[in-house]
Amino acid sequence: MDVLLKVDKLFGGYDKENVLDDITFDIKKGEFLGIIGPNGSGKSTLLRLMSRVLHPRKGRMLFEGKEISTLKLRELCKRVAFVPQDTQINFSFSVWEIVLMGRIPHLGRLQLETKKDFTIAENSLSLTTSLELKNRKIDQLSAGERQRVIIAKALTQEPILLLLDEPTSHLDIGYQIQILDLLRRLNHERKLTVVIVLHDLNLASEYCNRLILLNEGRIFKEGTPEEVLTYQNIETIYKTTVVVNKNPISSKPYITLVSGERLCQQN
Amino acid sequence: MTTQSIRKITLLVTILLAVILFGICKGSVKIPFFELFSDLNRQILHLRFLRVLLGIFVGAGLSVCGVTLQAILRNPLAEPYLLGTSGGAGLGAVLAIILGLSSVYLPLAAFCGALLSIVLVYNLARQGGKIPVQSLILSGVIVAIALSGIIVFLISISGNQALHGMMWWLLGSLQIYDLKLIFLVGGIVIFGVSLIFILAQDLNAISIGEEEATHLGIEIETIKKILFLVTALITGALVSISGMIGFIGLIIPHMMRFVVGPNHKVLIPASFLAGAAFLVLCDTLARSLIPPVEIPIGVITSLVGAPIFIILLKKGQKVK
Repeated sequence: MDVLLKVDKLFGGYDKENVLDDITFDIKKGEFLGIIGPNGSGKSTLLRLMSRVLHPRKGRMLFEGKEISTLKLRELCKRVAFVPQDTQINFSFSVWEIVLMGRIPHLGRLQLETKKDFTIAENSLSLTTSLELKNRKIDQLSAGERQRVIIAKALTQEPILLLLDEPTSHLDIGYQIQILDLLRRLNHERKLTVVIVLHDLNLASEYCNRLILLNEGRIFKEGTPEEVLTYQNIETIYKTTVVVNKNPISSKPYITLVSGERLCQQN
Repeated sequence: MTTQSIRKITLLVTILLAVILFGICKGSVKIPFFELFSDLNRQILHLRFLRVLLGIFVGAGLSVCGVTLQAILRNPLAEPYLLGTSGGAGLGAVLAIILGLSSVYLPLAAFCGALLSIVLVYNLARQGGKIPVQSLILSGVIVAIALSGIIVFLISISGNQALHGMMWWLLGSLQIYDLKLIFLVGGIVIFGVSLIFILAQDLNAISIGEEEATHLGIEIETIKKILFLVTALITGALVSISGMIGFIGLIIPHMMRFVVGPNHKVLIPASFLAGAAFLVLCDTLARSLIPPVEIPIGVITSLVGAPIFIILLKKGQKVK
């Protein structure tokens, strides 16, 4: 598979602290890559570096062979879209207005949307099964509906790479599965490359072809869910006891949590 | 723009035209409409026309500044007066007068003052990369009070006689004292508002969030700097001619968001028109309610604006 984004010896973080230390990996075209790790391990920082919200301290990132910082931000955003954890919007834009904002990188200032832009926006809404929300106000939607609309906006950018930062952490399991099923469908049908930060290891195991396990700003382990999600790895990183079985349906690794109290009783 | 928004904009244009006509006819000297255009009354007509024109610039400019500041700060309470921008502009202008600079330099001096105070308030309010709603307003109001204090102090100790009559600066007035300045200020307002309108789509994205705007390809830091500069420029120009008129940048954007929605492509022209109409109306009331006394226009806008401010503040707390 071709490499879409090459991350090479990347260092980065916020004002004073360095969060990421010497990160190197490739994102291949068409893959569904999960980034997992404990709180503060640098998952979101890594994603923000890739979307150019943050600037790396050292190292390179090559998008389709070109250094990312030399690309015009607008050009990059025609190819890469980002979905945050949760979007609090204080202004009551309609869903349709929000989704159309996905065309901003493609349009010049003062340039009006054409029929083509409307069609793309409409398609994104129907892909995310939110067409019936079109005329609703964004601040009146439930968290799950809002997240679908935000994904629709990202798709309206017509990206080839979609970055998502824990997009399901505020949602109940019904919406979690709905969103991840949608992402998998887009990944299969549209060959959309997906890079997703997930907290829930079982969701990561179920949906991602490849996982990167971060710990303290470094890559601890990289590989298929079977290779990464072993009880040894998880216990080392998360400092908690787990049992790893197989999901009876998908035969992917399935992590069962063990409470400290039970552990004492067993021993 | 949808047909619905076009209809609303047309309605606002009609209202503005009606208010302009009302403003020209009404005043301490009552003139029947048809006699207004006779040679006898040419002087009055000329004065009133200029005054209405100034009202349009001030109302429209301050409203669009309010819209802009609310979007880039994602704070419904932001507006030039409450953020101390007007105060900074006032201080700049007063200093320029004391130094004896020619009136064409007034907008420049006011612009410098406005810019300094906007940067000061922004940095005072910032807490770890974020600007909490209350902290911004608190810093703004405190800076505004301090600046007003300095202005009063400077006016009272200054030997410049002309300045002693300029206490109105603190409350705002549309009295015309310099014709050249009106056209200079008008030009600045038109230029500034056009620039903001060009960035309407950027403002839409920024009002969702700064990171979200970056993800849509907007160079947020550059755009924010441009918008702060333009806001300071417009506010500076307006304060240098009409003093500090408060709350209009708060009242109009909120009314218009209610009427046309938050999309800046419609909201900016709507606020421009409504702000112009509102201020011309306030000024007409100011000079005709208890003739021959003229009520300072800032008093009227504050009386309308303060309750709206309180409602918005309460509403904001409920959300949190």
